[in-house]
Amino acid sequence: MREGSTREESTTTPAAMSVESAPVRFRDPQIEMAHGAGGKASRKLVEGLFAPILFGGNPGPLGDAAHVDINGTRVAITTDSFVVKPLTFPGGSIGELAVNGTVNDLAVSGAKAEALVVSYVLEAGLPTSILEAEVRAMAKAAREAGVRIAAGDTKVVEHGKADHMYVTTTGIGRLIPGVTIDPGSVRMGDKILLSGPIGDHGITILLARGELDLEADLRSDTRSVLPLVEALIGAAGPGLRWMRDPTRGGAATSLNELARDCGLGMVLFEDQIRVRDMVRGACELLGLDPLHIANEGQFLAVVSPEYSDAAINALSMAPGGDEAQVIGEVREQPAGTVLVTTLYGGSRIVDMLVGDPLPRIC
Amino acid sequence: MRFVDEFREPELISKTAEEICRIAGEERHYRMMEVCGGHTHAIYRFGLKDILPENIELIHGPGCPVCVLPMGRIDDGLSIAKDPNVVFAAFGDMMRVPGTQGSPLEHKARGMDVRIVYSPSDALKLARLNPEKHVMFFAIGFETTAPSTALTMMRAKAEGIRNFSVFCNHVTIIPAIRAILDSPDMRLDAFIGPGHVSTVIGCRPYEWIAQNERKPIVVSGFEPLDMLQSIVMLLRQLRAGEAKVENQYKRVVPWEGNRAALKAMAEVFQLRPYFEWRGLGFISQSALSINDKYAEFDAEQRFDVPGIRVTDPKAAQCGEVLKGVLKPHQCKLFGRECTPEHPIGALMVSSEGSCAAYHNYEHRKAVMVSLSSIA
Amino acid sequence: MCLAIPGRIVEISADNQDSALVDVVGVRRRIDLGLLHDDKPVPGDWVLIHVGFAMSRISEQDAADQMSTLRMLGEIEGAMQEVQGYGLEHAEVVIEAAAESDRSKAKVN
Repeated sequence: MREGSTREESTTTPAAMSVESAPVRFRDPQIEMAHGAGGKASRKLVEGLFAPILFGGNPGPLGDAAHVDINGTRVAITTDSFVVKPLTFPGGSIGELAVNGTVNDLAVSGAKAEALVVSYVLEAGLPTSILEAEVRAMAKAAREAGVRIAAGDTKVVEHGKADHMYVTTTGIGRLIPGVTIDPGSVRMGDKILLSGPIGDHGITILLARGELDLEADLRSDTRSVLPLVEALIGAAGPGLRWMRDPTRGGAATSLNELARDCGLGMVLFEDQIRVRDMVRGACELLGLDPLHIANEGQFLAVVSPEYSDAAINALSMAPGGDEAQVIGEVREQPAGTVLVTTLYGGSRIVDMLVGDPLPRIC
Repeated sequence: MRFVDEFREPELISKTAEEICRIAGEERHYRMMEVCGGHTHAIYRFGLKDILPENIELIHGPGCPVCVLPMGRIDDGLSIAKDPNVVFAAFGDMMRVPGTQGSPLEHKARGMDVRIVYSPSDALKLARLNPEKHVMFFAIGFETTAPSTALTMMRAKAEGIRNFSVFCNHVTIIPAIRAILDSPDMRLDAFIGPGHVSTVIGCRPYEWIAQNERKPIVVSGFEPLDMLQSIVMLLRQLRAGEAKVENQYKRVVPWEGNRAALKAMAEVFQLRPYFEWRGLGFISQSALSINDKYAEFDAEQRFDVPGIRVTDPKAAQCGEVLKGVLKPHQCKLFGRECTPEHPIGALMVSSEGSCAAYHNYEHRKAVMVSLSSIA
Repeated sequence: MCLAIPGRIVEISADNQDSALVDVVGVRRRIDLGLLHDDKPVPGDWVLIHVGFAMSRISEQDAADQMSTLRMLGEIEGAMQEVQGYGLEHAEVVIEAAAESDRSKAKVN
């Protein structure tokens, strides 16, 4: 779930009176899997129910983290829950996702994670060895990401009430100087960058479930993107407008949200978007679009044209950034929409994810 | 060869598109129907409309098996699965199609055991792995898919599996094409013939379209080059005043079809005397049911079904869109009450449905002019 | 979901002649060969896969023919422009005849 706007200046909550009477625009009678999939339904739930009650008034575009002011110091804070089945998969496990996911949410909001707190909801009957393995995985991921796990909480629920374990991490971080993430600053002509190949994580999870008779030598791309973000900010900070880590809902959902928030069009060049052959093959077999598949180790950035070369150079020289590409441009039209063009002049609109093709992947 | 990349080569695509413009000329307006939902999907996915000249109009046909299924049949299938011991297994495309009480996914959220499968054999596998449950496979599809369902039932019978059944909604393509041609408000010049159905039925069943109706038909593959080449072949026939069946998809489609597949279908299925198609009404001999030899696997015989006929909401114009009489955006509910998130008709849900495909394309009508500045 | 895509047969199951492992751009999947009794594929062959079943063998020869026809189409276009430059009448017919003869030669080869 996305938290409050990065443009909020104050920490004060809305007046109690308006909280109780805040109008809820969310009309669905019950919660469906789609509401957690990261696509349109998720956004409707957040904008229509959570935001009016919790953030009140008109909070503006919702970002990956909230920036709050504590007596003159601005800090970034974010939270994320991880529900994934199976718990371990090629390339990682829930523990790593839980650390990297929150570090990444802070990174793409322009902040360096300082500390995490973690809460576990464990299913009775969970073998201790599995819990220990995940806690070790979290410790390792935290060390690699340069972040402290400062505190935690545990609850146990009856057998059958949690898929082995649910993990929630909340992260707090310091804002990186020299960068302001603001969809409102995006302009026509800005370049859209992507840090690497998309679709690895979601497809890995799908295959790891073993429900389909598919095998491939694929791994989740889970990693901290902070080093890449720092490299990008170092080289192109003044021209950096916006970043996001495209998790559930995929790159298409993130870019659609940006298009809506800034009122401009995102035009992508299909041949520039890196997708591993195996991911492409699995998507073809299953009728899925790589642009809708979750990623756990990539991020999107919008950079002004003057800085875009420097940005790509810095990324490609940083470890793990060798597959970074300019994948498109911001145009005036088609406004509020993501358009993908092909080499031979064809084009198609890519919408936000509708429904939930890959339940419980991160 | 990888059989995919070669047929997406940009240079060849441009050249073929140029050839199309050259042959099509400017004076005549051509109306071509692509029958198969897979072709509809390919047209939108590859943005083919952008590279075809204005005077070639592609009309979407009724070859989307999810789209033509009446709501009552979905209700029937779901009513069988209300029993907590029954598992409702179906392809992903069926999961969000609305019945009167909601879609299969919505039923799943309320506690029904609903599973997505990617093959009828996955459904049979579920039955083997869950002997205490009954697995009901909600089967849809044209002749492309029916042989696989048939073979799965043959395997089930050979293994003596008792906890498996099929709710059969398989339909056949030829009666649908006939219904289109019989429709008084339909004016078509040619057909882009279904590619994958033809791997089973071959090309002969289309001969009456060329001989009796005097319309050219080219059985086409699904890659951009395939479809463009098929359009070239159709234009050449039309310009020469010819009408014959041609096979553009030779690398995959045998002229005589797949005998083993047809045999499997004959072993298990029989033709229903009539079946209701959403939008096209009742068509005789247009759908399959399970014959007596395999009755133990026929969900309609093992379970009681309400069998209530559910008509579409009055304002929904699914039928006219399916026949190609209306374009999706001309339906009064399009983009308002009926959207991909809240679909009323199946054409907005299925990835092969023209309304879903058009919903994305529609946004661009207003900005067609500025598209010329792209790429 | 009536997708069908090409895959290459990697191996046929030892204990079940109808079960094969196919490779689709690096992704491996087990599929059923039961509908191809009349035209049994062997490892290395390409098949068209739909809902977990092989529907048809893909003929590499036919695919290659098709590609060369398509390439010639491009050449026809170029030849057309050249010939039109010379002001010849019935250029279209002449070029078509030449292309047709090329196509028949390709098939024979």
